[in-house]
Amino acid sequence: MTSAQIEIQLIACIVAIACAIPGVFLVLRKMALISDAISHAILPGIVVGFFVTHDLSSPLLIIFAAFTGILTVFLVEFIQKTGLVKEDTAIGLIFPALFSIGVILIAQNANDVHLDIDAVLLGELAFAPFDRLELFGTDVGPKSLWVIGTILIITLSLLITFFKELKVSTFDAGLASALGFSPVVLHYGLMTVASVTTVGAFDAVGAILVVALTIAPAATAYLLTKDLKKMLFLSVGLGVFSAISGYWLAHGLDASIAGSIASMLGVVFLSVFLFAPSTGMISVMYKQQRQKIEVLLLTFLLHLKNHKEKKERHVNHLGEHINWQKSQAKSVLELALKNNMIVINDDIASLTEKGNVFTENAINYITDHSEEAIEEMKKDFFLFRG
Amino acid sequence: MTISEYIELLFNDYTLRTITLGTAILGAVCGMLGSFAVLRKQSLLGDAISHAALPGIAVAFLITGAKDSNTLLLGALISGLLGAFWIKSIITKTHLKSDTALGLILSLFFGVGMLLLTFIQKQPNANQAGLDKYLFGQAATLLEKDVWFMAIVTSVCLGVLLLFWKEFKLLLFDPDYTKTLGFNIKFLDTLITSFIVAAIILGLQTVGVVLMSAMLLAPAAAARQWTNSLAIMVALAATFGAFSGVIGTGISASYPNLSTGPVIVLVASVFVIVSFIFSPGRGLLFKEIRFRKNRNDLKLHKTLSFMYDIAKNHDDISHPHTVKILNNFQGYTKKSLHKLEKENLIVLIGSNWSLTEEGFFKAKNLYNQHIETND
Amino acid sequence: MKEEIAVAIDDLTVAYNYKPVLWDIDLTIPKGVLMAIVGPNGAGKSTLIKAILGIIKPIAGSVTIFGKPYKNQRKLVAYVPQKGSVDWDFPTTALDVVLMGTYGSLGWIKRPGKTEKKAALEALEKVGMLPFKSRQISQLSGGQQQRIFLARALVQNAEIYFMDEPFQGVDATTEKAIINILKILRKAGKTVIVVHHDLQTVPEYFDWVTFLNVKKIATGPVSAIFNNENLIKTYGINYQVSVLE
Repeated sequence: MTSAQIEIQLIACIVAIACAIPGVFLVLRKMALISDAISHAILPGIVVGFFVTHDLSSPLLIIFAAFTGILTVFLVEFIQKTGLVKEDTAIGLIFPALFSIGVILIAQNANDVHLDIDAVLLGELAFAPFDRLELFGTDVGPKSLWVIGTILIITLSLLITFFKELKVSTFDAGLASALGFSPVVLHYGLMTVASVTTVGAFDAVGAILVVALTIAPAATAYLLTKDLKKMLFLSVGLGVFSAISGYWLAHGLDASIAGSIASMLGVVFLSVFLFAPSTGMISVMYKQQRQKIEVLLLTFLLHLKNHKEKKERHVNHLGEHINWQKSQAKSVLELALKNNMIVINDDIASLTEKGNVFTENAINYITDHSEEAIEEMKKDFFLFRG
Repeated sequence: MTISEYIELLFNDYTLRTITLGTAILGAVCGMLGSFAVLRKQSLLGDAISHAALPGIAVAFLITGAKDSNTLLLGALISGLLGAFWIKSIITKTHLKSDTALGLILSLFFGVGMLLLTFIQKQPNANQAGLDKYLFGQAATLLEKDVWFMAIVTSVCLGVLLLFWKEFKLLLFDPDYTKTLGFNIKFLDTLITSFIVAAIILGLQTVGVVLMSAMLLAPAAAARQWTNSLAIMVALAATFGAFSGVIGTGISASYPNLSTGPVIVLVASVFVIVSFIFSPGRGLLFKEIRFRKNRNDLKLHKTLSFMYDIAKNHDDISHPHTVKILNNFQGYTKKSLHKLEKENLIVLIGSNWSLTEEGFFKAKNLYNQHIETND
Repeated sequence: MKEEIAVAIDDLTVAYNYKPVLWDIDLTIPKGVLMAIVGPNGAGKSTLIKAILGIIKPIAGSVTIFGKPYKNQRKLVAYVPQKGSVDWDFPTTALDVVLMGTYGSLGWIKRPGKTEKKAALEALEKVGMLPFKSRQISQLSGGQQQRIFLARALVQNAEIYFMDEPFQGVDATTEKAIINILKILRKAGKTVIVVHHDLQTVPEYFDWVTFLNVKKIATGPVSAIFNNENLIKTYGINYQVSVLE
């Protein structure tokens, strides 16, 4: 690896970490789309800032753009409060308008602004190592590394300092304000961090990757755990993994690094979405299939318990009484027999002692969720888990 | 260039006429269908679908090598639908919320699309010119056949919309009830969603994936402010959309270096701002005016009922009292007394006031209403 | 004399995502009763109505309306959903909402005409909302919105009325007005089934009651079965029995 390659990967990793942290809170607070809005809407802020500073990674420009980001959040909330349109419409109205202004500003000043729309959307991570920062005449590394590194350090120190407050306000806004943490301050604090991170990362990786790096690792981690700390670490890990593997994918295909990292994030999400142990599609479908059979079995047992009349319990009439297909009725019948829940005499099904106790317990659990009776059954039945 | 010169140009210049017609039709169909998206609370689904269409365009190009816009749009349609389908399954099968699902699909599909586009650009044999236009749209590339295609799709949408108008309205307002009345809501739902996706795909070439959602939302959000009738809202949204297209095209044609898509979006946004502020029923300006008027009325009513409390203890209701006894009452100002006099509710003579008959009865009514509402 | 049966539910089991909500419900509702369905939160009261109306597909069991499956008897049934289930900022007027009640008998594509409009205006009159017919629905109070929903059901001119918490968040006047209309309906021989929350008013408003908590606890005339025993069975031991004091 050349030093430029190492530097690119380092920048990508730090961007991934800096985005993943606010991302977790945005996803948990159901505000993921705000990051999409911010990343588009800061464009005019960046352009105007660029007119003033003529330097894409100047701190002043970052402040300018971050201000635009907060303005976006404020505008969205203002429109929502008027009640003139639904919440999501407010987001959908604001950011295309601001983004259009940015695009037009760039096109109008193409000679003065060396900003390319493609670069805005995609960033130019490959060129990041060439823009060096010199301190007292010595080269201390790529400029964007310093910019995003500083942002990460600020984010991390805020996270550690206010972890408890963030946690409480994310899961229970009411409790948070009762404890004296102002939800408004935390909300705008989080929005400021999200804006600053977006702006800082924007120069290196572009608008779309910022959104992907913010939402995707957090969403993936959320499928794997519901513990906030674990979720934070997982998001950071997944972000870093995608950043490095994405870089090498781009290297192999000779294509956009930002696009490859986003694609890797997609691959990671898709695999977790399909294969995660308890929340993945496959496991969910398996669980639902099992639950379906269990519900049918219980329905059948309860039916036997509720009806003393013989005609209701006749095996050949099951279909018409509980409105099941023949094959469905037959498989449930077999399952009940196999588990010694029922006996059949002269084609009349009746509950065994075991079946009777089981049904009683199950129904009690489902109606008032009294736990003690069900502990034994939990091992065998999906129905009573989580 | 004056407006009349521009209009003359519009009739003589083939390209400009084609583009204007195209953006007008696009604006109309987007406004029409956008109303449905907004009312179904699916405003941002359009954004996700349009972004999700990008990899489809790239894949269609990679497979066929064709630059023909219809082939590419077919690819866009497939990957847009795939994105929409995946969003739905994320929301229903996992505990992730809709905002996360939308943001995920939007950014991931777009990322894949960009990966493929940059990959295509590096291919030595590929003539990739023209794929970039799907990012921000290039109205200038609209051909007459594209406009015809748009017109046909729009008429089909309009026809079906009119045919099932009653059913769509019912579905939008109350889906469960629609089901109990015996209508097939899955059919209606699929129909309306496919139309919305179709409108998005139609707009990609002109407005581009990034800004497409605004074409759906803005005219509808603006139209909602002016009316309380669904039919008028849809018609207005189509009109606003069409005008945004025509005006946007006009502005971008009149200045150098102005791409059409962003200008159309900005024009539509102006419609939104004007509607939010100036619409008579819901607009912020009139709301504020009404709010102030109510507050002033309330103040006058307070003063009047205070006077009534004093006057009712006298046999003669028009018995004059000094203004001084009102002093400790907070609602009283010189201005409010003059206003009451102007409305013939009281008479002012020097530093004395007395209630008129009209004023007395009005105050009495206010008093009774007050008692009733407290009951 | 055998009573005519309006609704017959046989072994009905309903599950959301394969989590059971209603278990093996057997229930027959005689024609002409004004019935309350009561039970704690999450007891499946709304679900029962939705399953009867085919909004939710049950995993077992069957429902018949006057002896036939629901899909053949739609015109005999009217439904008043929970007020909170729709967006009241929808761009439409009170009259328009009531007109929707006629859509079922019109079928696909056909539009409401003069007859339908007349019926809708009459229904608005009955619920005392005629002066508000052109109001945008968001400009109505909670009670007025509920009356509009009731009018929409009345216009269906059905035999059986299902109502999901019609007294939720309405003012006292509206509550009285609604219960008067329900009593008129019962006098006319219609069957009215109401998901109800307020146990205090059950004996005053209804003549028939079903206790529900995932299973059916009891069903029958209010005078016979609305007692502490059934209340405790439905709401649990900790339930404060203050209703019948």
